[in-house]
Amino acid sequence: MKLKGSEIIVETLIEQGVDTIFGYPGGAVLDIYDALYMRSDRIRSVVTAHEQGAAHAADGYFRATGKVGVVIATSGPGATNLVTGIATAMLDSVPMICITGNVGTPLIGRDSFQEIDITGVTLPVTKHNYFANNIEELAADIREAFQIARSGRPGPVLIDVPKDIQTTLYEWEKQDPLPLIEQRKASDEEIKEAAKLISESKRPYFYVGGGSIGAGVEDMVQQAAEKVDGVIGCSLMGLSCVPTDNPRFLGMQGMHGHYASSKAQDMADLVIAVGIRFSDRATGNKKRYKQNFKIVQLDVDFAEINKNIPVECGIYGDVNDAFRRIMDLVPAAKHPDWMKAVDQLKKEEKEQQDALEEEAKTMTPKEVVGIINRFTDKDTVIATDVGQHQMWAAQYINFRKPRTWASSGGLGTMGYGLGAAIGCAIGSGHKTVLLTGDGSFGMNLNELATAVSQNADVTIVIFDNNTLGMVRQWQTLFYQKHYAGTTLNRKTDFVKLAEAFGLKGYRAVDKESFRRAFSAAYKTQGPALVDVMIDQNAFVLPMLPPGGSIDDIIVDIEEPEEADQ
Amino acid sequence: MSQTDKTNKFTIAVYVDNKFGVLTRVTSMFTRRGFNIDSLTVGETENPAYSRITLTMSGDGYARDQMLNQLRKLINVRKVQVLEPEKSVARELLLLKLANDPSVRQDVLMAVNVYRASIIDYSPDALSIEVTGAPSKIDAFIELMRPFGIIEMCRTGLVAINRGSSTIFKDGQ
Repeated sequence: MKLKGSEIIVETLIEQGVDTIFGYPGGAVLDIYDALYMRSDRIRSVVTAHEQGAAHAADGYFRATGKVGVVIATSGPGATNLVTGIATAMLDSVPMICITGNVGTPLIGRDSFQEIDITGVTLPVTKHNYFANNIEELAADIREAFQIARSGRPGPVLIDVPKDIQTTLYEWEKQDPLPLIEQRKASDEEIKEAAKLISESKRPYFYVGGGSIGAGVEDMVQQAAEKVDGVIGCSLMGLSCVPTDNPRFLGMQGMHGHYASSKAQDMADLVIAVGIRFSDRATGNKKRYKQNFKIVQLDVDFAEINKNIPVECGIYGDVNDAFRRIMDLVPAAKHPDWMKAVDQLKKEEKEQQDALEEEAKTMTPKEVVGIINRFTDKDTVIATDVGQHQMWAAQYINFRKPRTWASSGGLGTMGYGLGAAIGCAIGSGHKTVLLTGDGSFGMNLNELATAVSQNADVTIVIFDNNTLGMVRQWQTLFYQKHYAGTTLNRKTDFVKLAEAFGLKGYRAVDKESFRRAFSAAYKTQGPALVDVMIDQNAFVLPMLPPGGSIDDIIVDIEEPEEADQ
Repeated sequence: MSQTDKTNKFTIAVYVDNKFGVLTRVTSMFTRRGFNIDSLTVGETENPAYSRITLTMSGDGYARDQMLNQLRKLINVRKVQVLEPEKSVARELLLLKLANDPSVRQDVLMAVNVYRASIIDYSPDALSIEVTGAPSKIDAFIELMRPFGIIEMCRTGLVAINRGSSTIFKDGQ
């Protein structure tokens, strides 16, 4: 049948299984929005307050569902507003389809109104992108974009469609989505080599990252750790892969990782890294990171093998297949000494935590997260912004199953959380709890409007300390308590703000008031907000100082004197 | 990985889709990853659907492997191959303009003859020379001409191809 370009876009999205798009209308996508309007029984259009929020929502939609998120924005500023959202997705390997309108082809290159070279702008932050100036290739480009976004190491793909292409008629027929590009299977030699290293290990440490969730190895990792008497740690992106209550799971390692997890990794003789890219926040000083252990690295992306940390055995391709075949060859083992050492680390960690709790004069962030844990269930999705609250969430949230975690890891995007949480809630159909800070929340709080208009089931908890806590923490430790730019002195009343946007807001100052406020907010069908007051001098601990190693771990910080400004 | 390798010069052939913007994708990746390129040439191939980029870079084995990996990740890159100096032939073309000075003309013509270069333009006040060869030959020729007063010059950068029946399709990654 003959369709207009804009109809081809929407029909092809539907053909690819898309049921929801996030976006914002504008001059260069009027035709696409018209095509969406005519198909509103088959595809839901979520209009956000700002294109950045739409991009984060599409990102959160994927993280909570495993289905590709789609975002639509108009030309010029609409398109550039997506960039932070696209870069966030790129750094965390989140598949996303971004469709932007552009001015008509006769106007391209003339600095026309709202014209921007968005394929040029997004070149370094997309897995691939298309300037779709040919109606004959439009549907094929979109189909290929889905294949590229989802195959191998996922990532965002952008398609820029000039306005006249959207109105051109062309033949279109429904097709089956292209299959995922098949990933290389490891050779038997590689499998044997990895199996040999694991069999010889006396202190195995399984280290799971975001790629382990993509590879679907969550059960296998737990069985493997059981089989060879190993422990499991994760990166920020690997959270939710293994349930927090698995006794072999030590939690996140790295700059703000659990003491036991970081220490155990350092004491291990073999780290089996699954979908891990050894980011600087996870390794600290690369020269001092790997002092005692060997590494078996499994990753879907060949370019990650040996990129950041040299490994003894690197296998790329189909991680699920490789991991299964390796573990089939490894005999069961018991390592009582290793388990004893790990138990000792857990004990030390608990003592540190207890000491911090005792020192605290007011409610601690850990207690706030603990109260949240009492209300959430296995399906609750946790979203965060970036900063101290994000690390507290990473450390203390009780994860029960994969795809219940949406947090900006690689790019560290403050302002990510609210948009992402809306995408999580809409995509999964489950309650989503957003943990945010007053700094991050202030960046994109306009999306409260979207939460209300969509009645998104999001419970927002603002860890409010009236400062940019993470930066302040660094200033305390490394800048002689010069709190430059971080003491906000704002008078924003988040409870009134919530009410102004049309949702209920609560304020909490201690454990009891937080428990009551969170309970009420969480029971609300739809968005609600809790502003909880946190001590400015609450730190994220432990901490490996930047450029340091496990030997430099900081487990306690003396409380700073009053800020000198 | 061989991070301790000493710095070498590498020649890498890259077979890419002959599409709008592909060269930008490749060079943008160099900028983003901090790769330094000594020379880069691009041109058509036997198949109009593809272009071939030849690039040279200096670095250790780690830098070379990163370059290969990151090139291979680009969607429009089809094949990548390191061209080993002993197993490949490499050529460059130089165009060079000198003042047509009667006092040195004989020396210039002698050098042109020895280097199997050719005079491709001749006027009363200037002459232009073309020479092809391996980069070392081009370098030597330029040094030879320098005292005569080079007015203008340009070189194409390297193109290279494997010896024997080896091809980028058969032996590339």
